[in-house]
Amino acid sequence: MLKIENLHVRIAGKDILRGLSLEVKAGEVHAIMGPNGAGKSTLGNVLAGREGYEVIEGSIRYEGQDLLGLEPEERAAAGVFLAFQYPVEIPGVNNTYFLRAALNAQRRRRGESELDSMQFLKRVREKLAVLHLKDELLHRAVNEGFSGGEKKRNEIFQMALLEPKLAILDETDSGLDIDALKMVADGVNAMRDPARAFIVITHYQRLLDYIVPDYVHVLADGRIVESGDKSLALKLEEHGYSWIAERKLAGAA
Amino acid sequence: MATAFLEPLLAAAASGGSTNREWLAGVREQALRQLARDGLPGPRSEAWKYSSLRALGQRRFEPGDAAAATRNVDAGLLELAGVEGPRLVFVNGSFRADLSRLPSLPGVELRTLSQELRDDADGLRGFLDRVHADPADVFARLNTVLAADGPVIRVAAGIVVEPLVHLVIVGASASADLAWQLRGIVELGAGASLRLVEHHVGEAGHGHFGNSFIQILLRAGARLDLLQVQNTPESASLVRRTEALLESDAHLEMRSIEAGARWMRHDLVVEMTGDRSRLVSRGVFALHGRQHADTRLDVRHAARDTSCDIVWRGVADQRSRGIFHGAIVVAAGADGADAQLSNKNLLLSDQAEIDTQPVLEIHADEVKAAHGATVGQLDERALFYLRSRGLSRAEARSLLTLAFCRVAFDSIENAALREHIDAMLLERLPLHEDEVGQEPTSP
Repeated sequence: MLKIENLHVRIAGKDILRGLSLEVKAGEVHAIMGPNGAGKSTLGNVLAGREGYEVIEGSIRYEGQDLLGLEPEERAAAGVFLAFQYPVEIPGVNNTYFLRAALNAQRRRRGESELDSMQFLKRVREKLAVLHLKDELLHRAVNEGFSGGEKKRNEIFQMALLEPKLAILDETDSGLDIDALKMVADGVNAMRDPARAFIVITHYQRLLDYIVPDYVHVLADGRIVESGDKSLALKLEEHGYSWIAERKLAGAA
Repeated sequence: MATAFLEPLLAAAASGGSTNREWLAGVREQALRQLARDGLPGPRSEAWKYSSLRALGQRRFEPGDAAAATRNVDAGLLELAGVEGPRLVFVNGSFRADLSRLPSLPGVELRTLSQELRDDADGLRGFLDRVHADPADVFARLNTVLAADGPVIRVAAGIVVEPLVHLVIVGASASADLAWQLRGIVELGAGASLRLVEHHVGEAGHGHFGNSFIQILLRAGARLDLLQVQNTPESASLVRRTEALLESDAHLEMRSIEAGARWMRHDLVVEMTGDRSRLVSRGVFALHGRQHADTRLDVRHAARDTSCDIVWRGVADQRSRGIFHGAIVVAAGADGADAQLSNKNLLLSDQAEIDTQPVLEIHADEVKAAHGATVGQLDERALFYLRSRGLSRAEARSLLTLAFCRVAFDSIENAALREHIDAMLLERLPLHEDEVGQEPTSP
């Protein structure tokens, strides 16, 4: 589904990703862990198409297409979804209106029929129940005045509604209490599907107790330095990220 | 200093407009003399600093429309979603009974200036004898000299008018470009309450110069909710003046939507002469193409514990130009005044321009006052957020821009009306991509 090869990315003259490679197949859940500043969020933003990220080397293929050649909205329609680390507040734009406009914009681009408000609301009700979100959030402006936890759950709610093929969760667990964390995990687990893949970016192992990954990768200094199964996350939790650095040193010696 | 613009208008004023009321003849004569003496304000006029009158001064318009009573007007133009009550229609400055709806409402007079001038002009003395001493108020003077028709709306003391009253001011195409004048009067008795829509529309393509001047008097404890929707075609020029006088405990609640006209100036002059009177003004101008819109608020606190709450938004796209001047004066003795003004603006193109000028002048004690003005651009983070969910760049820009404008009218309870304004603004918003040169919107 997704194949990243030797990706080098620069922001404002600074090299952030330096030769990152990663392959994700449909149905898989990959966790990307790593210390602060390793380039985790950069990876999410580059995949979603944020401006200001200069790709100086490497490639990203998504379902046979050159992902880097697509506009953010084209990527969305092709099934790429980024749950933001810091969801943006948009005063004056009603949440429901925004979601329906987004869903229908994607459907139009894919040549599918648009959902009318009845069909849309039916879908909304189904997804709300899974995430234990209050109806009231729908009538408010996008993320405006939402608590940190509500913002993150709203991201997962959007994901549930838009039903992407590849979902990237950028530190969705940060700032969540344990109950909110479980709700987010429930939302993700309910969507696990042989046709869908997840990239879960996190700093802490905690989230991976609830969203159990197939693969865990450690991102440090702009590339993946270690890959393994879920036990790798537990080792990291136990030994900290310095353990990776030490192992790298040992390996190099 | 006669100009191509003033010459035919002043000639028409000198020959016509007879009245058997001495006071009215005197007021008109004085204004005519002032006009002949001062002409149009030049480049040194502070009030016209950002809106040069040079181009207008060189244009020649037919004075008034002799055929206004019989012009065909598309009925659809007059409709406004969610507004179905009494309706007064004026075409090129003249009342059209055939297009109006005037149900009998107890305690409410829905009349016209032409009727009043015929029947009992003295009843209008307190309004029509208004003298504009400042040469900058050139169009108010012109209006005094030439206006022969307009709405006269009176609500008796204590009457709460249930239906929303719809005032439609239409510019209709003619064989030549016209200069039409309209003078309106709205008077609410003590404790009365009225909701009024002042709606400016027109047939596409005409290049008329319209001059609309509405005077409002709110007696003690009266309340007027005034929605102004200006959607004149972008070929026309329009000058408007709204003057309001608020007695004690009166409340003027305004929403102003400025979307149309090629060249537009709106002077909004509010004087709070009664203790505890209050003005709430929300407004927005949304401009594109080569539109020019100049909004000028002059608010004067002249009594104790008066308050104003002013929030305006401005959007300028392509090569348009927007000007917002918001002046608040707290006069000596107007202690306890509370004056709040916020003006935020959005530039959607490198070639658009917005000038904003908040002015606060305080001569009293114990005054609470705050004002602020900004000019900025769309938030790139918000744009990316919307696009990452599937909206095209153009859709995202429109949605964010509309959201920015909504503060001017989101408190309108009538949902159909609110949605109509949404749609009206969306039509003018940037569903085009000049700087990127591509347009991947919906098929």
